[in-house]
Amino acid sequence: MSATLLPAKQPVDASALTDPGRGQGLVDVFRRRYLLRLLVRKELRVRYRGSVVGLGWTLLKPLVQFCVYYFVIGLVLNGREAIPDFPTYLFCGIMFVHFFNEGFGASTRSIVTNSALVRKILLPREMFPVASVIVAGVHLIPQTLILLVGAVLLGWSPDPLGLLAGLLGLLIVGTLVTGAGLLASTANVYFRDTRNLVDLMSLIVFWSSPTIYSWTQVRDSAALQDYPWLVNIYLANPVTIAISLLRRAFWYEGTDGSLPLPPDLWLRGGIALLVALVVLAIGQLVFRRFEGRFAQEL
Amino acid sequence: MAGRAPAVVIDGVSKGFTLRHNRSLKGLAVSAVRGKDLSNNFLALDDISARVEQGETVGLLGLNGSGKSTLLKLISGVLRPDTGSVRVRGSIAGLIEVGAGLHPELTGRENIFLNGAILGMGESEISRRFDEIVEFSEIEKFLDTEVKFYSSGMHMRLGFSVAVHTDPEIFLIDEIFAVGDRPFKKKCMRRIRELRDSGRTLVVVSHNARTITRLCSRGLVLHEGRLVYDGPARTAVKYLDDSEESEE
Ligand SMILES: Nc1ncnc2c1ncn2[C@@H]1O[C@H](COP(=O)(O)OP(=O)(O)OP(=O)(O)O)[C@@H](O)[C@H]1O
Ligand SMILES: [Mg+2]
Repeated sequence: MSATLLPAKQPVDASALTDPGRGQGLVDVFRRRYLLRLLVRKELRVRYRGSVVGLGWTLLKPLVQFCVYYFVIGLVLNGREAIPDFPTYLFCGIMFVHFFNEGFGASTRSIVTNSALVRKILLPREMFPVASVIVAGVHLIPQTLILLVGAVLLGWSPDPLGLLAGLLGLLIVGTLVTGAGLLASTANVYFRDTRNLVDLMSLIVFWSSPTIYSWTQVRDSAALQDYPWLVNIYLANPVTIAISLLRRAFWYEGTDGSLPLPPDLWLRGGIALLVALVVLAIGQLVFRRFEGRFAQEL
Repeated sequence: MAGRAPAVVIDGVSKGFTLRHNRSLKGLAVSAVRGKDLSNNFLALDDISARVEQGETVGLLGLNGSGKSTLLKLISGVLRPDTGSVRVRGSIAGLIEVGAGLHPELTGRENIFLNGAILGMGESEISRRFDEIVEFSEIEKFLDTEVKFYSSGMHMRLGFSVAVHTDPEIFLIDEIFAVGDRPFKKKCMRRIRELRDSGRTLVVVSHNARTITRLCSRGLVLHEGRLVYDGPARTAVKYLDDSEESEE
């Protein structure tokens, strides 16, 4: 018989009575990153197994978006004239907005999608929204390669400060979407039509950031001339700043400088990161407040 | 037993569920306008107190819906009590439902790693036990087949094998013998006895009186969310039998 003899368990120290199910949230997610890695891999594997083009599918959506906007905004509405190096400008915007929206939608659904696990096994449940955001983030890798090729073709060359700006932008969007995902996934447990709201939010995020137009068009628009503070609010949007940082990395230095980035970009970047961190903290607090009831509500 | 510290302390625990009929913002708005109450409350566990000593094997008995699974979920921490407290000592593995962590689209091999990680094992630990897990489950041939093509027995074998190769102090076992064939059931029982004899704490839910009397030293009987009996396993089984008869 092959049964292994188990080592005897020694009685555990008497002081160690603990409350089961009281974890440390995101800290525990980090602690169990092997599981996080497997969950991300599972998601990618499940999504692309059996599809011939594999990862190509995920590139398709932003690429089609790119083509459509390039045609309509760039050619038909002549955005190419107003915005130098329009292709890379557009691609930067689409990349982060797409990352935000994909991550937001997937993390919103993540708790309900993984209800079998949530209901039966104790895990740091933040694991699921976080994994969804990471899965969305993985798709930035091939997109960045495409962007790099485009940027080089348009005469851009890399600089260390630009790289830093890009990373800061990524950090801002990643933090923000994780926080928003924690909030929305909690709501989605109780109200399954939260998804519809999230879809609407995605639309708003798309149009309220300078994805396919420039922030100067907002600043100079006749309608806003009497309300300069509205322009400031517009520029306070962390997604807007993150996109601008990405453009600082891959677009601005290659242009003739005729279209400026928002002023005080680094300061605004720092503030945007702070805002994103606050959203993350609120998301984590709300999630923890309700997480104990997830298993019975699903 | 003297001098041993308790592994699980359940103190005055009640757990109610909301039977809500609506799960949408729209529904919430509609009922707010109509002024209808959405929810009615239902008490699944009512003021339960019990303790399980380290190394003890306790059977949990009761009719369907009496609250056994709910109590196990409270011990594992998946659910939290409304009132009272549950405290445990040491790590817990739930076999609460074997195979809960298996993903149908992944192969058996991938699932061993994923499920192992879900149950708290690290990468090196899983690699180390991998062969043992496969051998125990007897599914070598289907290791690289996706789990959705497994028979329900194979599914359960894989889940059980991973679960019993984790190394926690407390095992929670809920009705796991439903689909296994007889040889595998025997093997499971042997393994569970091994776990017991090595000093691990076991809480076992089963409707099978023989399983309870063979594995457990002590039995708790739940009836409609109340703890109605706590004593030797044999007497607990008999208690349940008698109360069933008197209800007929
Ligand atoms: N998440 C939930 N929401 C609402 N009611 C629930 C929930 N979980 C359990 N219940 C109710 O609590 C009661 C006890 O359920 P539980 O699963 O603990 O029973 P059990 O003793 O395990 O029964 P069985 O022998 O059938 O497995 C049942 O009436 C069940 O409907
Ligand atoms: Mg049950």
